Amino acid sequence: MPLQQTQTDDIKIITVNLPRIDAAVAIQFKDSMREATETGPDHIVLDLSNVSFVDSSGLGAIVASKKQLPSGKKIDLAGLTPDVAKVFRLTRMDSVFRIYAHVSDLASRAAG
Amino acid sequence: MSLIWRPVPLAKRRARRMDPPQTVATSRPFPGFTLHFSGAATDVPPVLRQALSKLDTLGLAADWRSTVELVLAETLNNIAEHAYAGQPPGPVTLTARMTPERLCVILRDQGCPLPGQKLPEGRAPNTDVPCASLPEGGFGWFLIHDLTTALHYRRTDQENRLQLEFDLTAPPKPG
Repeated sequence: MPLQQTQTDDIKIITVNLPRIDAAVAIQFKDSMREATETGPDHIVLDLSNVSFVDSSGLGAIVASKKQLPSGKKIDLAGLTPDVAKVFRLTRMDSVFRIYAHVSDLASRAAG
Repeated sequence: MSLIWRPVPLAKRRARRMDPPQTVATSRPFPGFTLHFSGAATDVPPVLRQALSKLDTLGLAADWRSTVELVLAETLNNIAEHAYAGQPPGPVTLTARMTPERLCVILRDQGCPLPGQKLPEGRAPNTDVPCASLPEGGFGWFLIHDLTTALHYRRTDQENRLQLEFDLTAPPKPG
């Protein structure tokens, strides 16, 4: 699963290098996210700027990534492309996650 | 009108064969296509690509594309994961007809019927809950209901028939 991890002192950025998070990859995505979020900083940001399509299974896997976090950790989302943002809005999952327009919004905040 | 069968004179029969019936020109079927494939989960991504590319050719507007793609992905995944669950994947047929005003897609499969032989409700799962209770599923039928203009389901003999309609005269739901 192409999840690229970048770490600053207090944020772990996980960039999804996949065009789609759909039924075909949902289970694998959830498992890879568990592994990627087990260690490192408590604040995790999932960068979805390379993802152009998320279906209900993919959405479920992203929600599962939040639910399976070790206690004390939190996950935010960044870089939602228009069609992905629409799925989050329609299902009201945009109220469940803190969503940043760009991952750089967070990185600069963390640095500053 | 007489109900007695009379043989059609030979000349008239020839004429019928020779002249293309006028009704063909006036009731030409809407532009569209039919795809036949198996209900295997691995068939879903390539079939989606193929269907979307054919809809592009028919002139599906760019702003409708992602909406139609999402609805087709949800319905095809349902067939693969539920209709053909626990059995070898059987045949699926996708038929699309499109006019500038309307897109109609009919999906047929020979898997298990929908529960109660009717469409599941399209209610959105409740997200106003503690993190541990957040829904990880149940979004599929909500999205299908929410993003289509009309939805019809019929179980006949051994076949599921799901008809999806999109009103292309208005922009898709913005979300």
